[in-house]
This record gives sequence, structure tokens and C-alpha cells, in this order.
Amino acid sequence: MSLSKEFIKSSPQGTVVRSMSEYLSPQVREMKPSGIRRFFDLASSRKDVITLGVGEPDFVTPWHVRDACVAALEAGKTQYTSNAGTIELRGAIGQYLSDGFGVDYDPGKEILVTVGGSEAIDLALRALITPGDEILIPEPSYISYSPITSLSGGVAVGIETFARDSFKLKAESLKAVITPRSKVLVLSYPSNPTGGTMTLEDWLPIAKIVEEHDLIVISDEIYAELTYGSKHVSFAAIPGMKDRTILVSGFSKAFAMTGWRIGYACGHHEIIAAMLKIHQYTVMCASNMAQVAAYEALTNGLEEMQRMMESYNQRRRLVVSGLREIGLECHEPQGAFYAFPSIVSTGLTSEQFAERLVQEHGVAAVPGNVFGLGGEGHLRCSYATSVAQLTEALDRIGTFVNKLKN
Amino acid sequence: MDDKKLKVLELLKEDARRSPQLIATMLGQPQNEVEQAIAELEQDHVIVKYAPVINWSKVDDQKVTALIEVQITPERGRGFEGIAERIYLYPEVKSVYLMSGAYDLLVEVEGRTLNEVANFVSGKLSPIDSVLSTKTFFILKKYKQDGIILEEKEGDQRLLVTP
Repeated sequence: MSLSKEFIKSSPQGTVVRSMSEYLSPQVREMKPSGIRRFFDLASSRKDVITLGVGEPDFVTPWHVRDACVAALEAGKTQYTSNAGTIELRGAIGQYLSDGFGVDYDPGKEILVTVGGSEAIDLALRALITPGDEILIPEPSYISYSPITSLSGGVAVGIETFARDSFKLKAESLKAVITPRSKVLVLSYPSNPTGGTMTLEDWLPIAKIVEEHDLIVISDEIYAELTYGSKHVSFAAIPGMKDRTILVSGFSKAFAMTGWRIGYACGHHEIIAAMLKIHQYTVMCASNMAQVAAYEALTNGLEEMQRMMESYNQRRRLVVSGLREIGLECHEPQGAFYAFPSIVSTGLTSEQFAERLVQEHGVAAVPGNVFGLGGEGHLRCSYATSVAQLTEALDRIGTFVNKLKN
Repeated sequence: MDDKKLKVLELLKEDARRSPQLIATMLGQPQNEVEQAIAELEQDHVIVKYAPVINWSKVDDQKVTALIEVQITPERGRGFEGIAERIYLYPEVKSVYLMSGAYDLLVEVEGRTLNEVANFVSGKLSPIDSVLSTKTFFILKKYKQDGIILEEKEGDQRLLVTP
């Protein structure tokens, strides 16, 4: 359909008779705009805002990685790459996953380089969904799983998780939502926004249900490296789960490379081949020079990455202890870079709290309700910001909470 | 040195004004243990001094700094120590390093004018018996010092709120 307004206006039949939105696909029309957008506008309307609302590292990509990209440009690496990504990068990803998480993938046919982890999630869901399929999503969760599911005609089914369980997915909660139409379980641990993680013991009963009900798992492990205390356990590493799992990850969080848009998906070669089909028709390939940078990050950037992780861990302790001192209940986040305190004791809803916090005290954070079930009553506070800023933000939150309680 | 003390040092290196309480929280350690560690580091002169990093180019009272490569004849039995000491005791000398390679000592000298530094070299440094030769290089601009970029350009360019 070529329906530019100009064309219709100048056509002999006259003017547009319907509202433009009626031309839109119903799935897109009904898609709710992200609740985060509103807070972006609110925060931008004030000058001295300290933001705990950012879902990306505060580090700039390490210089050796940027330099590798500059060198790639100088060397004329400006062409398309193989659809699946350069074989060098896929090889390095395979090695990294094997060394770090004990999962082995064949770079030739089981690894696909994507435009950020986001594209990998989109491809995986589109490759799997038949309209009417139910996609199970533990919530509070990252905001994109549910809208992408709807685009393909899937039905997103939230599974509420709770602060009292440290936002872990519990077997009984999963069982409770399974129907004959259940097809995909989307896992995202360490979790944005809750900071919840899953240990091997936590995973085993989940894996059992996945097997019993013949589910496919999309495991978004973009925050894998940001796991504190214990080591991250990939769902694909659990015995029997590798072929059922599409492992999604990327360079954004661990390597401070958000703007480069390099992610990847690993899984059974038939599923990866299906995802590759969509990928080649939609984006062709991920950016060539960004792939060179990602390769550099994997081959020479692990030490720098560890240094960044240590720094997040220090700030995690600072924020959690600060929030608790203020009198807000806060479960101990074991991963990612978010604290997810409860603000129920203040008597305000998440939206009211976040709105007044930014307007009256100049601290931006994201209200928990935008992350789905179980998010209301919470506030997502990113601690990927400087210690000085965090200290000031905690002071301001303290002042606000005191005012509310007295 | 134990890992805890190293972590304390790293956090103080980033910002020497951090309180023991803040450091203790960031490391998940009891405050009294962090205080104890800092006290020991100070006693042992591991922490020698708490001094700010100053960008002198922003101060009106500007200074001239030179790096001087010095070749010397080591003394029997004392090597370079005695001569290094004779040099570093001058207040206009800001740092002295023993180097491998084509020369022996790298000396950083600060003065108010070019002349003042030149006079130091010709009047004080070169006349020392063991000094064979000097090469003086004036510093035109300092970009980075002790791992700290003096005029940070990158800043925080992130959007205020993102998913």
C-alpha cells in the first residue's frame, strides 16, 4: 500500500476519509507506548536531575575496543559481512561461552551475530510463534518481550515473581500458567529490573517442567557477567536443556558497548537457521566495524570487563545499604545493575513516587509498574552511575521519604 | 599485601576523600576493619600522603616544568642512591626516577620561568661531580597525570532514562 498523505490528497477522488491510524496494523495500533518514555520526558524537563533511570553502563567503551574499530574503518572494513556475522567473531563468542559458562556451540551453524540482544529476542520469538501460542514471561521483566510477542500474534502470559523470593522464578508459579497452548518460556536472569538471579538449584525444577511440557526457552543472559557472589549459571548449561534453549546475549552490558548494537543468539542449528532467514531479509548483517570491535572486546577486554564488574559490585552495596538506611525495603539484588526497592511503606504508588521524586527532588528512576506483574510498589534504581552521584541521589531520596513519613 | 588492603587502596586512589564508612559499605566490610587497614597503610607508609591532583594550567600563577635526562657515574658501593638523594633534596625537583636504557635518572624540575629551570640545571645539577650529561625537555602541556585525564571531554552522554 502506498498511502502517503500527499498522494491521497491530490488524487481525483479527493481526501483521506479515515484517520491515518486506521491504516495501521491492529497489532501495532494496540501496542502500548513504553511507560519509560513518559519518565524520560519528565526527567528531561528539569535541569539538575541525577538519574538512576539509565539501563546502560556509565563506562564509555574501553579505548582499545574503540581503537580497533577506528583501525577497521581505516582498513576499509565497510562492506556487508556474512549474514550470520564474521566467522572470527562467531568463533570468539563460541570460545568465550565455552570458557566462561560451560556451553559449547558450533560457530559454523549454532551462533548468529545480531543487531544487539534485542534483535536476537525478536528473531527468536518470530521464528517460534504460531498465532495463538502462549509465551510465558516471568515478571517484572524487561519491557520488550511482551510487545514483540504480540506482533507475531502470540499471547504473552506473565508469571508474577516476588520480592520475598528475591524475584526468582518458582516452579509452582510456572506450573500454574501452563496450558496446552504454552510454547515458549522467556527467561531473563540476571533480571532487569529486579536484579534477581537463578542458581543451579533454582533452575533444576524449572528445567524439569520445561521438559515435561515440551517448552522451548529463550534465555536472555545479557547481564550474565554482572552476577555477584556466585557465578552465573546459563540455562543452556543445565543437562538436557541445550537443544531446547536459545541463548541470547550481547556486548552492551558487560563490555559497555550499548551503542554498537552487537548481540548474538546461540542454539540448535535448525532454530538458528530459521532465525538467520529472518535476519538476512530484515537487517542483512550486523555492522561490520562494530563486529571488529566486539571481537577485540572478547579477545583483549576480559580484564577490563572484570574491573568494571568490581566497580558495579561496590556501587551495588552502596545503593542497597543506602536505600535500607532510608527505610525502604530492598531485596539483595545478585545481578545486573539495578536495585528494586519497595516504596509501599510511603503510601504512594510507583508512578506517584517516581513522578514526585523527579519533580520535587530531581532524581529520576523508573516506576516498577512499567515492568509488568509484580512491579507495582517498586522503583527501579540503576546504580550504573558515579559514587558521588549515587551518594547525592540517596540523600535526596532520603529527604523525600522522610517528608512522606512525617 | 592482603586483598582487602589492595581494594581499600584502589578506592582511595580513585578519591582520597572517601570516608572509611563509605569504603566499608562499598566493600561489604565492617567499618572498624577498614579503619584499621587504613591506619596500618599509613603507619607502614604505603599511603605516603593524601594530595589532590591539580591542573596547574588553570591557575594564574603558572609554572614551567621540565623533564631532564641525567647520565651519571654510579658511586662505588652505593650505586645511584647517593646521587639520587643529592638531586631529590632540592625543593625544585618534583620527581626522580632511576631508569633503564640510555640514561640513568629522569628528573622532573619545576620553576616559575624557563630561566629559573635553566639556572637550576646549569648551576646545581650539572656541577655535581658524578653527573656526566643532562638533556632538558620542557613540558608544554599535561594531558593526563597519574591515570587522571586533566580535561575530561567524554562526560556522561547517556539519555536520562532508558529501558
